[in-house]
Amino acid sequence: MALPQTELRPMGKSILRKEDPRLIRGKGRYVDDIMLPNMLYLCILRSPYAHARIRRIDTSAAQAAPGVKLVMTGEDLAKMNLAWMPTLAGDQQMVLATGKVLFQYQEVAAVVAETRAQAEDAIQLIEVDYEPLPAVVDPFKALEPDAPILREDKEKKSNHIWHWEAGDREETEAIFRDAPVVVKQDVRFQRVHPSPLEPCGCVADYNSATGRLTFYVTSQAPHVHRTAIAMVTGFPEHQIHVISPDVGGGFGNKVPIYPGYVCAIVASMKLGVPVKWIETRTENIASTHFARDYHMTAEIAATEDGKMLALRVKTIADHGAFDATANPTKYPAGLFSIVTGSYDFKAAFVEVDGVHTNKPPGGVAYRCSFRVTEASYLIERVVDILARRLQMDPAELRLRNFIRKEQFPYRCPTGWVYDSGDYEKTLKLALERIGYDELRKEQAEKRARGEFMGIGISTFTEIVGAGPAHSFDILGIKMFDSAEIRVHPTGKVIARLGVRHQGQGHETTFAQIIAEELGLSADDVLIEEGDTDTAPYGLGTYGSRSTPTAGAAAALCGRRIREKARKIAAHLLEVGEDDVVWDGTSFSAKGLPGRSVTMKDVALAAYTNVPEGMEPGLEATYYYNPPNLTFPNGAYIAVVDIDKGTGAVKVRRFLAVDDCGNVINPMIVEGQVHGGLTEGFAIAFMQDIPYDADGNCLAPNWMDYLVPTSLDTPKWETDRTVTPSPHHPIGAKGVGESPNVGSPAAFVNAVVDALSPLGVEHIDMPIYPWKVWSILREHGIEE
Amino acid sequence: MFPNAFKYEAPESVDEAIRLMTEYGYDGKVLAGGQSLLPMMKLRIAAPAVLIDINRIDDLKGWRRVDGKLRIGAMTRHSELEHATELFDSFPLLSRTARWIADPLIRNRGTIGGSLVHADPASDWGTAMIALRAEVEARGPHGNRLIPIDDFFVDTFATSLNEDELVVALHLPSPTGPAASRYMKLERKAGDFAIAGLAVHIALGSDGRVSDAGIGICACGPIPLRAARAEKALIGQPLTEETIANASRLVPEDAEPADDLRGSAAYKRDLLRVFAARALREIAEELHGKVGVQ
Amino acid sequence: MKIRVKVNGTLYEADVEPRTLLAYFLREELKLTGTHIGCDTTSCGACTVLLDGKAVKSCTVLAVQADGCEVLTVEGLEKDGELHPLQSAFWEEHALHCGYCTPGMLMASYALLQDNPMPTEEEIREGLSGNVCRCTGYMNIVKAVQSAARKMAGETGKAMGEVATSGTAAD
Repeated sequence: MALPQTELRPMGKSILRKEDPRLIRGKGRYVDDIMLPNMLYLCILRSPYAHARIRRIDTSAAQAAPGVKLVMTGEDLAKMNLAWMPTLAGDQQMVLATGKVLFQYQEVAAVVAETRAQAEDAIQLIEVDYEPLPAVVDPFKALEPDAPILREDKEKKSNHIWHWEAGDREETEAIFRDAPVVVKQDVRFQRVHPSPLEPCGCVADYNSATGRLTFYVTSQAPHVHRTAIAMVTGFPEHQIHVISPDVGGGFGNKVPIYPGYVCAIVASMKLGVPVKWIETRTENIASTHFARDYHMTAEIAATEDGKMLALRVKTIADHGAFDATANPTKYPAGLFSIVTGSYDFKAAFVEVDGVHTNKPPGGVAYRCSFRVTEASYLIERVVDILARRLQMDPAELRLRNFIRKEQFPYRCPTGWVYDSGDYEKTLKLALERIGYDELRKEQAEKRARGEFMGIGISTFTEIVGAGPAHSFDILGIKMFDSAEIRVHPTGKVIARLGVRHQGQGHETTFAQIIAEELGLSADDVLIEEGDTDTAPYGLGTYGSRSTPTAGAAAALCGRRIREKARKIAAHLLEVGEDDVVWDGTSFSAKGLPGRSVTMKDVALAAYTNVPEGMEPGLEATYYYNPPNLTFPNGAYIAVVDIDKGTGAVKVRRFLAVDDCGNVINPMIVEGQVHGGLTEGFAIAFMQDIPYDADGNCLAPNWMDYLVPTSLDTPKWETDRTVTPSPHHPIGAKGVGESPNVGSPAAFVNAVVDALSPLGVEHIDMPIYPWKVWSILREHGIEE
Repeated sequence: MFPNAFKYEAPESVDEAIRLMTEYGYDGKVLAGGQSLLPMMKLRIAAPAVLIDINRIDDLKGWRRVDGKLRIGAMTRHSELEHATELFDSFPLLSRTARWIADPLIRNRGTIGGSLVHADPASDWGTAMIALRAEVEARGPHGNRLIPIDDFFVDTFATSLNEDELVVALHLPSPTGPAASRYMKLERKAGDFAIAGLAVHIALGSDGRVSDAGIGICACGPIPLRAARAEKALIGQPLTEETIANASRLVPEDAEPADDLRGSAAYKRDLLRVFAARALREIAEELHGKVGVQ
Repeated sequence: MKIRVKVNGTLYEADVEPRTLLAYFLREELKLTGTHIGCDTTSCGACTVLLDGKAVKSCTVLAVQADGCEVLTVEGLEKDGELHPLQSAFWEEHALHCGYCTPGMLMASYALLQDNPMPTEEEIREGLSGNVCRCTGYMNIVKAVQSAARKMAGETGKAMGEVATSGTAAD
């Protein structure tokens, strides 16, 4: 059980969460809970076709329907130059379709009415005359010369969006030419969706008297939303007030701007009243930005005794109709070049090609740093294939090729400089804790009896905390983050940050960081995020960047406060500043036992008794530009048993040993690991958004896009190693996404390991029971 | 997520319900537990003009024994049958099936009658009722009739009920000798509709041989199906490994599965075989010693 | 249509359209926004409330069907400023992250413990299988329900003990 919030020196302790008292009482305030006087409801008509020309839209019946106040089409928005909006990836996306639709469920028209039900009724009365066009679903076919060109708005007459590469092509190819062993595997990371429990939504409230737009939105990046709205609409940015209230999960889904937001803003400005738009689950899955959809091919060149030499990766990235990743500008494939993982390759070459298809837009980082899950999954999968080919134990192969701890800081062949790690120690701890040798013995016995049991290892390295200003920006804005601390006269503190939590527990962990720096308890520190009028500018919470960036800003801002506090303390203690000693909870005078003042004493003095010439008050702001990214890592081991009759896989055990550097709140870290593993489990075994040949979405809701329940979910075992990040002020690295990044490979490796006596080397996710069954029956294995 | 507007009627007697059904005809739709109908209405896949809510008709709730049969009211909720301890011995399949339906919250609301009338090919109750050789008691303006379950399902989402007929109860024959049942189901996730499912009900005669075999097949055809060939192969036989293997191989022969997201037709057929063998083995073990089972 | 519903002990009379779902009635008419909506296919359980003592998904019940019934929502769990043992246990065991599933989880857990005061882990996992959490991975939710069950058993034991004692005194 966790400790009370009144604990002093709270860093590293499991302190009870400060956000919980309201949430367990049903007193959270999520965007749909905001009900303003005279508020109207917006509902969106969506395309039934994946690719079709719009011949005509007749909205007359909808306009005449009960309660309807406004009907908008793409043509109406075009008159305001708002039919299209920029995506965070530098492409543009239709707000409401003009000319043609490019994916099923695309936004075609919007209705605003007095009630939700009336808006839904009126949607059904809009008549759209479509001329269906051939749909392009397969990204490889999209690249064929005779493929229909999807994006008529673009100058480039091709479905190819961009080519991106990293590493050294020639050096890599030279190694491959002479390599004694080469393994090659096609690996698909299927289309998935973050699908947080609270869908996306907003309330736009334009006040024509003040000219202010208050925009409530369930957002992971409220400042980015404010700037983006200003850029899209030309609305003066200081007149836009974005409030991201309690966020019911995000996982990357709530970084982008969606068409519904623009429609609600336009409607509120036209009608002069608040307009609410809350999407349904179907709209969430079938239209807001998806994740992954990478078709990857990886090759490893190695020696026969298992030294990995070079890595070559080629990928087709299906971005759907619009390139709408939320990647940093210079990285169209995100940080995918972390694909060399935890291993000391001599050379690597990675190339990615982005492609348009008739599918929803996206490519967001779903509970991971940008494209890092794809990279980790790929390398961890292919390393296992190499182990199999060399008939080596997969743990042994990994240990032989790890970047050694004395090699840090380590520059990998694609250019990243890893901060710290001890991969060998982490894997060895995992092997010992799970009882690896005994499990291999058990497996051998079971194999002899014709049973299928598998053990899968994943030793991933992430790259998070974007990012250093020299290369990371979104919409041109550098990816720093910020904190502002105000210490009140009675020693109580309010702190505001530029990030926005969605369940990560910032109200607790950032209070712990600041309390630690100021010698207070977490109870003394109130954390506020999500209000752009009050919080300092920040880029938001995603890519495990909150602790690496805003957490650092909070610590350094606290230290800035403490520096001033030291001066005041010297004044109060009547000694020179150099004679003041800070012991973590109070300032004392060197050599004068018994004379000390606490931060509370100093706080009061800051407003009542500052030294001559000093500015009164005790406040500070800090904008933190990280010198480098951080590199959390871990060793995960899954143990599975296969039901020969049905092909069902049972995850018997799963151990996650994470190294996320110094830990702020172990309870919260463990909770994050549980959650991320569960999402990784779902991706490995359940989740996929398939499309038929006409581009119809076959899993547009939670009946077919499967989210695991308590009954499906395995029990998780966790442990930790700690290698602090040398460049982070508190040595932390970030953890929320590691388990989702690292776990899919462990699950798949375990299943493949179980089936390896049959010669199986790879199975694409999700591993549905029928896939395993097919393999078993092909090899004559029956129950 | 709102249904289209509709007129709401909440009759308090069966007669009143039937009068309303007759009055509204095709415009009317009966609302039982609503756990399939209301979601369909929210997605606007269904849009009845009149909803006739039968939740307030007490006569349709609960069960009693009538003439050696168990009569279960149509508005009995899944969770009630799941937890009906007094039925565990004589009708074990009821509880064993109920616990596989959707999730505990839906089971608190959904009803056995509603589930059958909805006639989903993946209906767990439909499958179990086939195994138990149930009869559906329907009442219309001209009185009651009993419809054997094999005549009840006509096609996907279609039954042999007349438009003005209301299902009021299910009748289940009591087993004649020691009986045991299994419900086997594979889901993609907890609470999902079946990839394939199988209900098996076996009773033994005093000679230890199978006197009654009922096997229902779930989600492998346009309607819940009966594994008639396997049933026939079991009747009069002792539950030996050989009988079990033979009957299990026959089960898929009565299935008509299709390829879909849940798996191929071949996969589903094989699941039925595996389920049949597992169910029959477990049943043989359970009944072992109750009579002279080998 | 006119309906009378007792929610968290208070009787409300309202005029609703028949198509109004109970979840929206609670949220928008009564402003009890603790009951959340997370899906459109009766899959997630964020809207779970007790209807005449049974846990149901209030997005799949019409408000008119609750006429004459009693409803308990998350807002009704706290009594006289004291958190329900389940609420404290969810807090102490870190059984929530974003909090969006929490009201539904609490209500489903409440119903579960009502029927089965000392459930096993498997029974808890089964009992909560109609409620989706996207954040926690369920481990701590299970722990919280176990912890609350122990606390409630202790309290019941104590309460019974007190009754017995006072009974003895009266004799």
